[in-house]
Amino acid sequence: MTELLPIVIAKLNYWAYIALMMIGLYAMIAKKNLVKKIIGMSILQTAVILFFISIGAKKDATIPIIVHGHEGGSHAARAAEYINPLPHVLMLTAIVVAVATLGVALALVIKIYQQYQTLEEDEILTRLQDE
Amino acid sequence: MSHQFPAIIVVLPLVVSFFIFFSGWWVKRAGYPLAVGALICCVFLSFSILISVLGKGPIHYWLGGWEPPWGIEYRIDHLNAIMLVLISGLSMLVAVHAKKSVERELPAKTALFWSLFLLFITGLLGICITADLFNLFVLLEVTSLSGYSLIAMGEKRAVYASFRYVVIGTMGASFYLLGVGYLYIATGSLNMADLSQLLPDLTESKAILAGFAFILIGLGIKMALFPLHGWLPDAYTYAPSAVSAVVAPLMTKVMAYAIIRVMFTVFRTEFPISILQVNDLMVWFGTLAILFGGVMALSQRDFKRMLSYVIVAEIGYIVGGIGVANFTAMQGAIFHIVNDAIMMACLFLVASLVMYRTDGHRIADFKGIFRTMPFTAFVFTVGALAVIGVPPTCGFFSKWYLLLGGIEAHQWGFVTALLVCTLINVALFFRVFDRGLYVHSHKKGPDITEPSNNPHAGEAPLSMLLPAIIVALAILLIGIFNQFIVTNVIHFAVPVGL
Repeated sequence: MTELLPIVIAKLNYWAYIALMMIGLYAMIAKKNLVKKIIGMSILQTAVILFFISIGAKKDATIPIIVHGHEGGSHAARAAEYINPLPHVLMLTAIVVAVATLGVALALVIKIYQQYQTLEEDEILTRLQDE
Repeated sequence: MSHQFPAIIVVLPLVVSFFIFFSGWWVKRAGYPLAVGALICCVFLSFSILISVLGKGPIHYWLGGWEPPWGIEYRIDHLNAIMLVLISGLSMLVAVHAKKSVERELPAKTALFWSLFLLFITGLLGICITADLFNLFVLLEVTSLSGYSLIAMGEKRAVYASFRYVVIGTMGASFYLLGVGYLYIATGSLNMADLSQLLPDLTESKAILAGFAFILIGLGIKMALFPLHGWLPDAYTYAPSAVSAVVAPLMTKVMAYAIIRVMFTVFRTEFPISILQVNDLMVWFGTLAILFGGVMALSQRDFKRMLSYVIVAEIGYIVGGIGVANFTAMQGAIFHIVNDAIMMACLFLVASLVMYRTDGHRIADFKGIFRTMPFTAFVFTVGALAVIGVPPTCGFFSKWYLLLGGIEAHQWGFVTALLVCTLINVALFFRVFDRGLYVHSHKKGPDITEPSNNPHAGEAPLSMLLPAIIVALAILLIGIFNQFIVTNVIHFAVPVGL
């Protein structure tokens, strides 16, 4: 246990994303309610987004804007002083994708509810078999 | 101008898609001509790109003039170029075909349909042209999201099928994105060419290994590789017929392309084959997919559902061919991507033609089509013979290369599965032939005039029939000129190092 704790603390961001991802996957696979499945899907996507955001962070670093870099900024910028903005920029796009997916999924759920008057997967499946 | 073609081919359908969506509020009829016009332009662009690649070698295009690895690069070699031609050509033919079918099946949603249709094609073209892993993710989701909505437009059960596709597809996309994240942590780059420079030094890294596994599983879900295929049959069966004619042939094949790209361009050939030996696993999954797809297809009564399982089996051919990993089998796999897309488009177009006349896509609805719809029956025959693999059609030649490659590599399981599946395909399509041809042979008396009792007797309209006939002729022509295509294009598309 004493050896395990430093490992967990040193890579806390990874453990957090793993936990979130497992919650998301569990909800998507095990939950019978379609809205809960969508919630799980959203948690899964958020886990991946948080993972990307956390890998851009650095200790004691600041936002990646070079102070006075515009005029006379001939001094070299040291990369260690600035966080990596690229994963964050990527995630702006990934968030848009996630929102769009959520929108499509919710729209489908509305249509499913109109058709079957229920959102429980097992009830829908029995309906489908009856048809 | 011509050096801007790689950007235009993606941007044009995207812009037209939005234009159709907004113009759809006022002019519903504008969708069809705009979409077909845009796709015809795409066909010209893709052919001129192909000719340029054949003449001058790979094209590099830097979006916004930003050099890789900082900017997004579009890189087109023989493999991309042939995929671009395939996608734009097939989608143009399906678009021409789709007009009547959409007016009939989705009367209230024509503008939306055309908008999503073009968005779907944008995504596919983008996946095949980009040389940036994250850009590939975004375009993958553009394709998938428009695919979900297109499928959900279909019959009553389509909505639930589409929902399942959303859930499973999003899992696949998230896995892919996570894998890209791992590669990014280890290398700091997202550009494919740059990654392939950096990765060989990092083969020991566990992060690379995990990234590779996540990417492969993510793409495997999207392309419906055997144990991950659960979403496919329902989605493709209940989708509107015009949608399944474009989504079913192209989506899975483009994912197969993406797997080849990631395995052999991003990771050099040595990593998946010599170091991980993932190719043996792929041969086994391919073999299982072939057998499972074939057996499941046999037990279906619905024509489109049967075709969906045939797709599962065909994906098995391609994955197995990639896994066999010698030059001949890889030629076969790439050629089969092209051929299978055309064959499946042909058969789904037949399903759409029959659907237009009989309002159903069960095998029973094919009753007597050889008498009532002779041209449709001709198209169906060509498509079925191609899937079985009868020589003058293109299906024979790609299977031939796959078989030769399998024998060269002593992958007897895969070779056996290929041959068994050929036999299954014979049984499969002769069930339909049986329905279509011999309906009268065992009937007597007044029943003999049955086809004329059918109120919908006769061929579908010419605008629907003509694209299907062109696809059928393409199958024959590709079969006849297979040597030319293989030596001039496919030969150069095979990844380096095999």
